[in-house]
Amino acid sequence: MPFGNTHNNFKLNFKVEDEIPDLSKHNNHMAKVLTKEIYGKLRDKQTPSGYTLDDVIQTGVDNPGHPFIMTVGCVAGDEESYDIFKDLLDPIISDRHGGYKPTDKHPTDMNFENLKGGDDLDPNYVLSSRVRTGRSIKGYTLPPHNSRGERRAIEKLSVEALTSLDGEFKGRYYPLKSMTDAEQDQLINDHFLFDKPVSPLLTCAGMARDWPDGRGIWHNDAKSFLVWVNEEDHLRVIAMEQGGNMREVFRRFCVGLKRIEEIFKGHNHGFMWNEHLGYVLTCPSNLGTGLRGGVHVKLPNLSKHAKFDEILGRLRLQKRGTGGVDTASVGGVFDISNADRLGSSEVAQVQLVVDGVKLMVEMEKKLEKGEAIDSMIPAQK
Amino acid sequence: MATQFTRMLAGRNTAVVLASLGAGTLATGYLLTDSTAAAERRMLYPPSADFPDLRKHNNCMAASLTPAIYAHLRDKSTPNNWTLNQSIQTGVDNPGHPFIKTVGMVAGDEETYEVFSEIFDPVIKDRHNGYDPRTMKHPTDLDSSKITSGVFDERYVLSSRVRTGRSIRGLSLPPACSRAERREVERVAVMALSGLKGDLAGRYYSLGDMNEREQQQLIDEHFLFDKPVSPLLMSAGMARDWPDARGIWHNNQKNFLIWINEEDHTRIISMEKGGNMKRVFERFCRGLKQVEQLIHERGWEFMWNERLGYILTCPSNLGTGLRAGVHVRLPNLSKDPRFSKILENLRLQKRGTGGVDKAATGDTFDISNNDRLGKSEVELVQLVVDGVNYLIDCEKRLERGQDIKIPTPLAQFRR
Repeated sequence: MPFGNTHNNFKLNFKVEDEIPDLSKHNNHMAKVLTKEIYGKLRDKQTPSGYTLDDVIQTGVDNPGHPFIMTVGCVAGDEESYDIFKDLLDPIISDRHGGYKPTDKHPTDMNFENLKGGDDLDPNYVLSSRVRTGRSIKGYTLPPHNSRGERRAIEKLSVEALTSLDGEFKGRYYPLKSMTDAEQDQLINDHFLFDKPVSPLLTCAGMARDWPDGRGIWHNDAKSFLVWVNEEDHLRVIAMEQGGNMREVFRRFCVGLKRIEEIFKGHNHGFMWNEHLGYVLTCPSNLGTGLRGGVHVKLPNLSKHAKFDEILGRLRLQKRGTGGVDTASVGGVFDISNADRLGSSEVAQVQLVVDGVKLMVEMEKKLEKGEAIDSMIPAQK
Repeated sequence: MATQFTRMLAGRNTAVVLASLGAGTLATGYLLTDSTAAAERRMLYPPSADFPDLRKHNNCMAASLTPAIYAHLRDKSTPNNWTLNQSIQTGVDNPGHPFIKTVGMVAGDEETYEVFSEIFDPVIKDRHNGYDPRTMKHPTDLDSSKITSGVFDERYVLSSRVRTGRSIRGLSLPPACSRAERREVERVAVMALSGLKGDLAGRYYSLGDMNEREQQQLIDEHFLFDKPVSPLLMSAGMARDWPDARGIWHNNQKNFLIWINEEDHTRIISMEKGGNMKRVFERFCRGLKQVEQLIHERGWEFMWNERLGYILTCPSNLGTGLRAGVHVRLPNLSKDPRFSKILENLRLQKRGTGGVDKAATGDTFDISNNDRLGKSEVELVQLVVDGVNYLIDCEKRLERGQDIKIPTPLAQFRR
């Protein structure tokens, strides 16, 4: 709760054995890491805003997971969560982010000029290109924990920052609660509109509270730069367009974000960032760059190849259906994006997407002609 | 002081004493150590910044909550540290339907109804047809021998059922309880139930440990309850940690059944096929009395007071928490345009045979009492008995081609 959580102290009247969650049937990162010792050590701690261990893990307790899909199973309520509960979160971060150590430093590189190529992906195969990330605004608690007053303040500040943008970024804000039907239909057709979360992973973490209060969508007039306010993170920033010019998408992404950041800094509410974790977001899976750069690409032949998943793994890419996470592919079209978030920079991650997709399109063309692709299979990146 | 306070499995006397003292002394110590960060945030975000936007809402909470009440209550908490924001979250998240007025708030513990009475009293009055908790007293009467004409014509009544809920004093309610508290509720209830004998002897099935065969059996018997999916319950936090410490107990004869840690600490159900409502209610009262006796032996008791009767999670279930009903075939009456008015005057409600929020199939309806608070258990069951007999009489008349009459409306509360 937003103004201190003394309910947590009340629970301390019960022994650790009585309070610890039963995770015997669970398959998520939190369940793998949480021990009686860690629970006992952290249960009486709180962040300055009153977020507690039980708050962090509730979503993972309520959602045991799937035998094949490993979710994270915990969230942060504020910037300090990652510090106060590091005994739990550091091992989870390490598991989720390929062995990232508590002493590691995360490199940030938002200089789009450092990207090589990326403007020549074959539009006969690459249907669209998109880069998204999240940003949290310093001085406010995160979506699982914030009060209505905070959420509205975040919205107000964000709208002020966004509506002051000009040039290619000139645009408009659509608050969810006062959207007209016509506006709503348009935003759905543009594939911009986000809906009230139904995933229990999010609702059990309290992120859908007070919906749609304080939530909205901003986009530029050209419909190529888009910001979600107060969905799973304070801000989700998205640059996208039809076709294969990932370089241009990344440029717009970096330039737009930089402008927005300057405005927030001017209000003494910069983005949450530190040397170790990079950009701080609600879900530990999005730490670091929080960046998912991807394309919708036609790979009907390659996707049926026995080594498809292995190729993806070596290229450090992941596949999703064209509806996004947890959807299936339609007509051989896949959403291909970077798998990493923490430990490599924005430029490096987009570079992997650009190089990897280029290679896979070449492979697809070969398979179309009935040729083998074994010599093209890359080494592990 | 806090570290010396441990709850023993068997002895509950300490906790009961503390609960009746309000346990405020214990909690105050904690509140004093509440960080200055919390105080700062309170200043930065006054109640007006936090007041929910309820303009599109249709529930009892939204109808009664004003910015002034919110400002008074926002920074208060019960001795278990439950707050107003937590109580109303379900009503904020679920605006409701223009035709269906839900309550829109829940209690986290017994003290909720006192600490936040400024909002709960008007909501209770709204929901319970004018019952004023500030001035009125709720009558409790579980003497089933008083019921008359309680056996229905089985050509019409297919089954009879009485349910209520009970909360265990000293433990937080489902929206607020920690895992340890919920497990304690389970322990207390299961221990008490294991002491039942004769026709009430039975066994417990923990939801988490159930095997497939047991699960299918319980589904076939219409006993099994599932993880809540209704957003009304989810937004109130009642599905947390599912299925930890949830379970079903039933007697060997399968006509007395207890749900543990679903929407309330316990839900008690007596049911059987056919029309012998009197026997169903007799078993209900006897079972309840025995369970109460068994928990008393270990120093526990049910949450109850003179003002509000039995204390349950949802204000709509205060008082008796009792829903007595039948599944009854009314093929002719249900098509008569006067059906709704007849039900209204008899203070009965209809539901589909799947329970609340389900449509009726064919011409079989679930008919039960509307009221929960302000009338005793005996009064409500008698009301259902008389009402259902009246409905069956109407049905028979319509079968014979005779006309029926809308009865005069029943009185609300005893003066």
